[in-house]
Order: sequence, then C-alpha cells, then structure tokens
Amino acid sequence: MSETLQLQGEKLDETAAVKRGRGGFLWQVIKDRPSAAIGLVIVLFFVVIAVFSHWLEPYDIHTQVGPVYGPPSIHHWLGLDDGGIDMTSLLMEGAKVSLIVGFAATFVAMVIGGGVGMLAGYFGGTTDIVLMRITDYFLVIPDLPLAIVIAAVWGPGLSHLIFVIAILLWTGTARIIRAQVKTVRERVYVKRSRSLGARNSRLVFRHVLPQIGPLLIANTVLTVAIAIFDETALSFLGLGDPTRVSWGTILEHAFDRTAISAGAWWAIVPAGICVSLVIMGCYLLGQAIEDALNPRLKVAHLSIKHFRLVRPLVGRGPDAL
Amino acid sequence: MTTPLLEVRDLHVWFDLSHGGQLHAVQGTSFSVEAGERMGLVGESGCGKTTSILAVMGLLPPNASVGGQVLLNGVDIMAEGEDTIRPHRWTDIAMVFQGAMNALNPVKTVGFQIVEPMELHEVAEGTAARRAAGELLEMVGIPAAAAERYPHEFSGGMRQRAALAMALACQPKVLLADEPTTALDVMVQAQILELLSGLANDLGLAVVLVTHDLPVVAQVCSRAAVMYAGEIVEAGPMDTLFHSPRHPYTRLLFAATPDLYGDEDVVSIAGTPPRLDRQIDQCPFSPRCDRTFDRCKVERPVLKTVDVDHRAACHLNDVPAGAPA
Amino acid sequence: MSEDLATPGTSVAAAQGAGATDEPLLQVQDLYVTYPVRRSMVQALRRVPKQYVRAVDGVTFDVRKGEMVALVGESGCGKTTTAQSILRLVESSSGSIRFQGTDITKTPNKALRGYRRRAQIIYQDPYESLDPRFRVRTTIEEPMTIHGVGKGGSERHRLMLQALVRAGLTPPELYVDRYPHELSGGQRQRVAIAASLVLDPDLLVADEPVSMLDVSVRAGILALLDGLRRDANMGVLMITHDLSTAAHFADRIAVMYLGRIVEEGPAKQVVRNPQHPYTRALLSVVPKRDPRNRTAPQILRGETPNPVNVPAGCRFHPRCPVAEERCKTIDPQLHTAPTMQTEEHQAACILV
Repeated sequence: MSETLQLQGEKLDETAAVKRGRGGFLWQVIKDRPSAAIGLVIVLFFVVIAVFSHWLEPYDIHTQVGPVYGPPSIHHWLGLDDGGIDMTSLLMEGAKVSLIVGFAATFVAMVIGGGVGMLAGYFGGTTDIVLMRITDYFLVIPDLPLAIVIAAVWGPGLSHLIFVIAILLWTGTARIIRAQVKTVRERVYVKRSRSLGARNSRLVFRHVLPQIGPLLIANTVLTVAIAIFDETALSFLGLGDPTRVSWGTILEHAFDRTAISAGAWWAIVPAGICVSLVIMGCYLLGQAIEDALNPRLKVAHLSIKHFRLVRPLVGRGPDAL
Repeated sequence: MTTPLLEVRDLHVWFDLSHGGQLHAVQGTSFSVEAGERMGLVGESGCGKTTSILAVMGLLPPNASVGGQVLLNGVDIMAEGEDTIRPHRWTDIAMVFQGAMNALNPVKTVGFQIVEPMELHEVAEGTAARRAAGELLEMVGIPAAAAERYPHEFSGGMRQRAALAMALACQPKVLLADEPTTALDVMVQAQILELLSGLANDLGLAVVLVTHDLPVVAQVCSRAAVMYAGEIVEAGPMDTLFHSPRHPYTRLLFAATPDLYGDEDVVSIAGTPPRLDRQIDQCPFSPRCDRTFDRCKVERPVLKTVDVDHRAACHLNDVPAGAPA
Repeated sequence: MSEDLATPGTSVAAAQGAGATDEPLLQVQDLYVTYPVRRSMVQALRRVPKQYVRAVDGVTFDVRKGEMVALVGESGCGKTTTAQSILRLVESSSGSIRFQGTDITKTPNKALRGYRRRAQIIYQDPYESLDPRFRVRTTIEEPMTIHGVGKGGSERHRLMLQALVRAGLTPPELYVDRYPHELSGGQRQRVAIAASLVLDPDLLVADEPVSMLDVSVRAGILALLDGLRRDANMGVLMITHDLSTAAHFADRIAVMYLGRIVEEGPAKQVVRNPQHPYTRALLSVVPKRDPRNRTAPQILRGETPNPVNVPAGCRFHPRCPVAEERCKTIDPQLHTAPTMQTEEHQAACILV
C-alpha cells in the first residue's frame, strides 16, 4: 500500500527555512534578513582590508610623511598621527592585528568552551557538576585584573593576548553549548540511535554536533565581536603587544601622546569607529542567525492587530483562490 | 423552530502564507448548537476543526482573514470582526484549548487564575469573586480549598478540570472544548466527559466538542459534524452517522476505529488530505474514496440535506438507486 | 491469530522440558525497577525516610515468537519503564530478563551490541523519531553501518530498498532521498520501522506506535506490525493505553496497575471475560464507537496514586469497588481462577 507524497494542507513548516538541507542554512538566513546581509558585508569589508592591508596601504607605516598630528587633507584623508605617519595606513594595519587577535581568541575559546559544554551536557552527572564548577570559577574571576596579572607575569606578545582573551570568553560558550546539548541529547532520534546500538562517538558527531552547529556559529560570530572589543580594551590599557599596531594601540598612543589637547580628533575617532563598526557587523549577523534558529521568538498571536474580516463574502474567497 | 443558541453560517478562514498565496483552512462550514446540547466536531489533523472554533472566538492571528456569520441568539457577532466579538468572548462563548492543562500560569494560584477573568470582564470582584471561584472549583470536582494551590501541585486530570473552571468563570452560554481529554488516561477521560455532560445538563451549557476521537463523540454527543479538508462533509445525529452514514469518509472513519468487542477488520484510508493552498475543483475526498466515480473528479459536492437533520456532501446521494457506484 | 500458541493447559515449564525450541523469545521474571527519590540536604539531616519510586514492582511475563503481547495500562503503571528496561535503556534494580535463553541483565554494556541488533524499539512520536538532518537513506543506513550489515554499498542499498518495501513504502525509490519534514506522520513511522527491519530483529518493542497518528493511518501501521509478527515470526511487545487497539491486534494482553500486572491472558478472554476489578472498570469506561452501545461506565474516583506511595496489601484496594477488609493486608499474586476459560488467563485478585 503506497501513500502519495503530499504536503498536508496545514502542515506547512515555518521552520522549513532552517531545515532546508545543509550548507543552505546560512545562505537562507542572509537571504531572508537584510540585517544579516549588512552585517556580513561590514565584516567582510574589514576582513578584506586586513588581508590585503599590505597592498592597500597608501603609505608605509614606519615612514614619517608629514608633521606631527597633521590634519586630514587630500593626500591624507584621515590625517597623520603623532609620528607624522598616515592614519589611513595605520588603521588598515591595525585592522589586521585586531581581527587576527579577535578571530584567533574566538577560535580558542570555541574549542575550549565548546568542548567543555559538550562534555558537560552530554555526559551529565559528575562530569557536568565538575566542569560547571570550573566554568563558574572562571566566570566569577574579574576580567580585567586577571588580564593584567597574566600580562604582567607573562609579558607582552600577541599570542599571550590571544590566550588571555580566550580565557575570558570560553565560559559563555560553554554554558550555551551545554544547555543545547542537554536538550538535543533527550531528543527521540538520539535515543533511537542509541537503542540501535550507536556508540557515544557516533551520537555526538553525527546527531548532536550537527544540531548545535548553527547555534555554535551564531555564538562564534557574537564572540568575535566581544574578542575584538577585549583586544581593543586591553591594548588601550597597554597590555597588548607594543611592537604591533592594532586599533587598540592606536587609541592608546593617541591618549598617551596628548592627541586630545592637540585637537587631533582624527587620531582617535576613526579607530573607535572601526571597532564599533566591526562589532556591530558581527552582532547583526550573529543575532540574525540566532533569530533564524528560534522561530518561536516571533510573537504572532500577541500582536495588537487582529484577524481581518472579509465583507461581503462573494464567491468563495477574497483572493483568486 | 427556536433560534439555536449558537449558529455558524458559511464560515471561511484564509491564512496568508509567508511565501505568498493563501491557505483556505475553513471552507464554508455551517453548524448550530442548542442550549444544553452536546455537539461534536470531528476530524483528523488539518481538517480545520480547531481553526473553526478559534474563528468563532475571534482568536485568529493577524495573518488570518475570516468570512461568514457567527450568530449568538440570532445576532451576528462577527459583523464587525474583533469589535463585535470582544464583548461576547468569555462572557457568552468560552473555550478550553487543546493542552490547556499544560498552559496554566505556573506562578499564580489556581484560584487567582479563575478570579482573573471574572475581574477582567467585570463579572465579579474581590471576595465575591473568590467565593464564586471556590464554587466553580467544587462544580468541576475540585475541593474549594485547592484554590490556594499552584498548578504543579495538581495532577493532569485536576489541571484539566481547573482549565474548565477558568473557562466557565464568566458563566458563558456556549463552551467550545478542543480535544479536552486527548492527553488524559481513559479513566480520567471518563471523569471529565461525565463532568462535561453534567455541566451541559445542569447549566444548560451548549457544548461543542472538537476531537479526532470518534468513540468519545459517540458516547458524549447527540449530534456531530464530520470535517474533511476544511469543510463539513456530513452532519447529523450520532446514531445516524454510525448506522447509516451518507458520506464514504464518515463510514471509513468509523471503520478505521477499532471496537473493543467487534471482530471486523480495522481499515486504514490510503493517501493524505489535499493541500488547502490551492483551489479544489473536485470532491476533496475523491482520491482516497472507495466509491468514487466520474462526477466526483470534476465537480465539488455541496453539503445538502439527505434526511431529517442529516446533511452530507457526496454525489452518491444524488445517484438514483441502480446507477453505477 | 494465535494458533501457534501452546494449547491451554500446558505450562511453560512443561514445554521447556519438551524441547528448547518451545522456549519463549523473551522471559521477564520478577522485574523490579526502583528509583530513589532525591532528598534535599535538609531532609537528609532531618532523617526523613528515603522514598522510592516503585516504577516496576515485580513483573513476570513472556513473549513468544510470532506473538504480539500488549502491555496495557494508564500513565504511571510502569509499562513504558518495563519496555525500556527490557531493552536495557533503563537499568533494572533486580529480576531477570531472558532473551533467547540468555539473561541480558547480566550482560556487560560492551557486549550488548549483539542484543541491540536482535531487539528493536519503535518510538511513539514519529515527528521526533527521525533526525531532521538525515535523508531517509541515511536513517536506514545508520543501523547497517553500526552493526556492519551488508558487504559493500550496493548490497546495503538493496537491503535498504527491501526494508522500505517491507515497511509498506513502495516504490522505495520515491522515498530514499526525502527529508523527514517532507513525509507524513504515518510515512515517518514506517521509515523508523524500516530502519529497525534492516537488522532483521527477533523482538520488536512498539511504544504507543500509533497514538500520535491520525485514525485513518493507524490500522495500516498496526497491520504492518501484525504482518511482521506472522510472516517474520517476530515477537512484538506493544505498549499502549488504548484497550480497543490491544483487543484487536494483540494475541495476549497484560493489564498493568502501579507497577504490577494485575491481569493477563489471551486478548479476547481478557476483554470479554475480565476478572480483575480494575480491568472491569477500565473496560467499562473505554468509549465505544457505536452510540447505541452506551454501557453504564464504572468510573473510579480519584486518580492512580503516585508510585512512591504504593498502598499496602492489594495496591488497588483504595479505589476498588469491591474491596474487602482482607484486601488491605494481602498482596495478591497472579493465578488462574475457575471463572476463567483457560489456564493462560490469570488475575491478581483474591476475590477471583
């Protein structure tokens, strides 16, 4: 007895957008939500600048090309800093370090946080309790003093900076991933696979991980935003790598070398704007992905608008149906 | 003939789909209920029964369009849409939702949740309301003292009774119950059904029981309407529906329900219901019908009276005896 | 439906003596599943006595090859826990579960793989049973990959198509590349069944296999299970709360109440000649589809007590309409009474 394949009338799936095969998910999110597209464009813009900074920089960042705090002009759109170096070039160079640190720290945080969250959520019991206690301790430690201590003890350096930021970030991911893994683990299809004889490794990699994948992506994007902000903040406080240029060090130099009293707003504001733009871009993209994963966030029935009344009823309907 | 308490005429509901187009969820249903009567609205998932009663309550989302008339004691309360329905919602027509027992506010006492609609609709307030709430609880079989308890302290059956009490808080004349016993054990179900029947008799409440469970309707209701693909395909007294159905779907639906003592084979109906986002110009049941013939594939049958208080939408009823089946 | 059962009057023990081939596929003996209730620290300090949830409280029954046994009862009676502990998805506290002679409660976890191939479970919710990211082909290939069934891709493909056909999805090519959300509930359930069939199991445990499906689709799935019982000689254990379904499709019914089987026997016997007061009450309140058949229901007051507080003596006595004084102290065992027509029919009531 065969049954014809037909979509049942009212069973049209609102979440079909999310379930539309693999790989298509992110593309679907971007297509559906303009905010995601905007966010992605902004982030990509800065990524391209960072990657191609060596070729895009109009001037060399080690050569003085004008007076100290030279104002913006036709040759130097964003003016010069206290060393007479072109700001535009500095910002492009800074993009490189800021983004590298941001992405690298996020990657490390994802690996640690994702791993901890996965183990705690999947195995539960004592493993969960122990791992969550550790996570709580890290959550509770105040970020800044920890960063200062580590930087002081270890000394400056990009890798140290990445490590410090990763330590600050992994706990948020761990909690979110743990919650989601716990939910997915209780799903019937996971239980069914286990009853078929699947081992834990199969259950985790083939069933649980793909389900939390989109959430992990959303969380990663949002974490990048925080990582970049943290890098800027730490560099601004002088805890970064003094041999490298990042947006944070640009701001640090500007403040240390009296850019404000010199009235050189171009040494401060553009760097701040760059950081803000990248963070905003990450947020737009990350939020859009999160929203797509949670169709119930749409409050359809709590709207103050009501159903429409069709008057008079001619034929069978208001439309060509 | 007396005016029925609730009469629904030619009700249509369309839903706007997110990718364009519309879903014609309810396609011209008409039914009526008298005071003290229990009527069943029966059908499988997607047939439009829940949407129909939500439309009667005016509780459809903004992407819904509604047409038709809903007459309460002869007055069309759907005349101006939300504006004319609101005064009657809960005070004249109340509804117990599907899974209501799981939708109780967990941080408010049960008593509060019964008093709340009373105060909102200015039926009673303060001490008088609390006393009335206690009486309501007793009426549904819960001790009045339990008003101080929270939903999680109640069992499933008691929560369903509490949901019933909430629906009756403003003393409505009509009660729409959507799958009131589906998630309950058979013994608790019997208790709740007994309660519903008692309330209909004692309070003169008109009850519309929406369910997919035919035996429940057979035991509790005097009349029923069978829905398929958004429309009523047969309506009449329960006895008639079972012993002399005039629509193949009704007959097959009964045949698909196992009987405790019967030995007949239980059948299943192959295929799935049609999509409702497209115009259907034939009998919607025809692809799955065991007695379909040529006319069924080109002309959509209309719900017609075939006997006293018995309507059916099937071309077979037009075919004189002896014609090919 | 039950011609291959041992003739009435033959006990299982005698059959065992006659030859190992008559041994039941599944033998559950004195199964107990007890969970301790967590106490808060305050309660522990106050020496509040520990409480236990007696989910399964001494259950004994068999499932033979080519037979469908229905485990029937209301929520909290322990039927689902029994089914899960039979498959070692839940650890039992004591008792034996013999599958083809071997007590699988004693099997270490690592060695359970073989058992998992021979005993399968079908879950209640077809909308959650399938991984939404897997196409039908992947869902059905998964058990083959886990157990190393089929040598090579083409043979596995053949076995997959075969399983789909057996599960009633023809032509199978139409379904292999579908995602679950493109299938109806009945079709999804058939896919889940096919995924189990591909391993050629001996025992199928069906946990409320049709309760979430539309009425018009249920008979098809149940007929499929019945067909498997007949043609593949599978033993099927069906968990259900629906007595009508059990009466129609099962060979034997076991009625559970608060962790115990209170009545069991051939399906028609239990339904037409119920002896235990609980079974009688339960059958009387099942709605009948014929509106003329409105028997006066015997509605029991209250609800099934929490398995933490199992009443002393007969566990049903507080709600029993015919309970006597001695019911408060005597815990009845299953036995056959003169009012029954066959020795296979047993009830746990001292008044019977």
